[in-house]
Amino acid sequence: MTKLTRCALPLALVLASFELHAQVTSDRIRRASSEPRNWLTYGGSYTSQRYSLLNQITPANVGRLESKWVLQNQVFGAWQATPLVVDGVMYVTQRPNDVLALDAKTGRVFWVYRYTPSPDARVCCGSNNRGVAILGDTLFMGTLDAHLVAIDARNGRQLWNTTLADVKLAYSITLAPLVVKDKVMVGVGGGEFGIRGFIAAFDAKTGTEAWRFYTIPGPGEKNHDTWKGDAWKNGGGSVWVTGSYDPDLNLTYWGVGNPGPDWNPDQRPGDNLYTDSVVALDADTGALKWHFQFTPNDAYDYDSVQVPVLVDMNWRGPAAKLMLWANRNGFFYVLDRVTGRFLSGTPFVKVNWASHLDERGRPVQTPQPPGSPTWPGNQGGTNWYPPAYSPRTELFYFSVWENYASIYRKETVEYQPGRNFSGGGFTVLTPVPGAPSVGIGRRSPINNWTNEVGSGAVVAVDPRTGERKWKFDQFDVTDSGLLTTASDLLFTGGREGYFYALDAKSGAMLWKASLGGQVVAAPITFEVDGRQYVSVISGHTLVTFGLRDGGD
Amino acid sequence: MRVAFRPAFSFTLLLSFVASALTGASAQRPAQDHPGQYSAIDIETGSRLYAGQCALCHGATGDAVAGADLRRGVFRRSVSDEDIAKVITMGLPDAGMPGFKLQPSEIDGLVAFIRAGFDVGGTAVRVGHVGRGQALFEGKGGCTTCHRVNGSGPRVAPDLSDIGAIRTPSALQRSLVDPTSAMQPINRPVRAVTKDGRTIRGRRLNEDTFTVQLIDEQERLVSLLKADLKEYELAKTSPMPSVAGKLTADEQADLVAYLLSLKGTR
Repeated sequence: MTKLTRCALPLALVLASFELHAQVTSDRIRRASSEPRNWLTYGGSYTSQRYSLLNQITPANVGRLESKWVLQNQVFGAWQATPLVVDGVMYVTQRPNDVLALDAKTGRVFWVYRYTPSPDARVCCGSNNRGVAILGDTLFMGTLDAHLVAIDARNGRQLWNTTLADVKLAYSITLAPLVVKDKVMVGVGGGEFGIRGFIAAFDAKTGTEAWRFYTIPGPGEKNHDTWKGDAWKNGGGSVWVTGSYDPDLNLTYWGVGNPGPDWNPDQRPGDNLYTDSVVALDADTGALKWHFQFTPNDAYDYDSVQVPVLVDMNWRGPAAKLMLWANRNGFFYVLDRVTGRFLSGTPFVKVNWASHLDERGRPVQTPQPPGSPTWPGNQGGTNWYPPAYSPRTELFYFSVWENYASIYRKETVEYQPGRNFSGGGFTVLTPVPGAPSVGIGRRSPINNWTNEVGSGAVVAVDPRTGERKWKFDQFDVTDSGLLTTASDLLFTGGREGYFYALDAKSGAMLWKASLGGQVVAAPITFEVDGRQYVSVISGHTLVTFGLRDGGD
Repeated sequence: MRVAFRPAFSFTLLLSFVASALTGASAQRPAQDHPGQYSAIDIETGSRLYAGQCALCHGATGDAVAGADLRRGVFRRSVSDEDIAKVITMGLPDAGMPGFKLQPSEIDGLVAFIRAGFDVGGTAVRVGHVGRGQALFEGKGGCTTCHRVNGSGPRVAPDLSDIGAIRTPSALQRSLVDPTSAMQPINRPVRAVTKDGRTIRGRRLNEDTFTVQLIDEQERLVSLLKADLKEYELAKTSPMPSVAGKLTADEQADLVAYLLSLKGTR
């Protein structure tokens, strides 16, 4: 293998320089999984399976992984970005809204684009950005002050800059955009500040808005009656994780966030559509084809901002087009993505806010008495961290928080533009009053909250039964996304700073590296000059691994 | 291990309401220049505002943002109450913190709540005499058998040099009376037996999926691989004896006063 690579090197160099100038057409994006040397979209392909056909790194040789290069981020705070890799060039964002283009083989930087968001920008949970999208020679990034910018992928120059919403009303963008055909799609954050959420599509060439779908229907629109009075105006419904797309159905799927105020459902009676739902939109017009709501009249901040994972498999006999969804509310769902019909739903962690789901998938809610713990807690049984699905193992992989509960408190809150609109608060159930409680991210190098307030795991769920096939336990909770490959490897990390390669079939740990900083994004894999690499962000570093020379 | 806390600079109401009872010891307490500055109502107001406006980012215990631990008085750049008020009002755009448009009384409430260590009920705890508390700590209370303060005493139990900066009065009283119910999970006593038969006892300092770090009974820093152990137990009961029945209520109040005066060495 090694010798072959060396002989082929001059040719590979020629090819690489040629590929640097190849256009990323919408057709290439549509067939992204058939060019596994690249990572062309946030989820690796339109299915968001984060499954790569690359198989050079195998269970047999994964022990020979070594660090090839490290990019050190000089910016403070959690780093949640998924990089793209296009023909040997990696594009990654860092806080608040920088884009870096680097050589995917050496980590050396070609250019840096810096965007300074308005000082009025408000985000609930950190100045996060989860990445860029690409079409042709242009990159697209949403900004913390709710702009969408287009950047020349060759030199980092800004091409256009479109304002989506009023930053003073606390609209923001933290997700990576999704490109479909000639349009760039994004959603807005701000679910803790009384926004009215939306998903919008823009012409990739000009930045002109093509369509906008409000996640809360206005007067006269269908399902507006799931709100009473003026509650819809500030009802939240943020969209802060990238959606998926089915080219055959021409439907794009997006998870919608919590209703506002977060913890006081009494202020917004009704189901509060389309909060905590998945919506299926016509990619050309933004027209709603169907919706499915996971948590009606949510009292727990159970955003449904998980990545919709699209899977084609047999369901109770015939071939079916499915959507797999492990929700923050603690249930794992299988939906028919053609119609939105509920097929099955099973709790994957301890749940006591609902006794079960009825035959249409609607939860039978069992609110706990005031002051009593609710499982799962505020950060959910899982959250936004991207899951993975392998068509080889037919297992669905995701990070979970176990034994983790919150005690919620609701209060009446008056809407004030741009101000926090959460309507109460919560505390995390701890064994000792005042003990450190698990939060949105690691706060200390010492694990001073311990597993007594919740612990993390990666689970492999069989979509057909909803049952766990295996579980890989971690002491601390984990916000890591997943990556799986055609060699049946599963890569993940966690807050402890370990980076793991697991056997995707059994969950056995095959290899680990201690990187020292929390992993709060998903790893990716790509290939340059015939060599497979795996990149992961840990703390303030982006580490790229490859196989050590020699061996086999 | 936990010397990173900057000394806290203010105490406000929690001690100021007993300031009149304190004579000789008051000079060592920096917060005495604004006695009675905040009322219980301020703290209560701040508590409600905090839950609604601040807890989302700063967390229920005030330490969810890196570099800041509001409950324990650790800030990135604020020193005075005015600094805190200014940060709340203006925000810190480069750190991602927005400014909040609040009434002056609301700002006062938030500052009071932060300065009170997030302890709305803290005023209910009796705080006695620092000097007498120190005498109890070093004598009749027997605390120095296990605890260390400012460089003297054993390291087997947690070093208490900054305990007044990181615990509220009510938490300290709970620790004295019912140590097990107040024991921080990280501090749980460890008993480990290695595969080659060695038994290690100590206090846990950190744990992850594969390893555990502790300080053993000989005060050595020890790191263990879980794979090398045949037994690993964490005790749920604190090894510390309760002072209930041994110290009077007045003596307990004195001990709390002394512990609150421990703000860490510079």
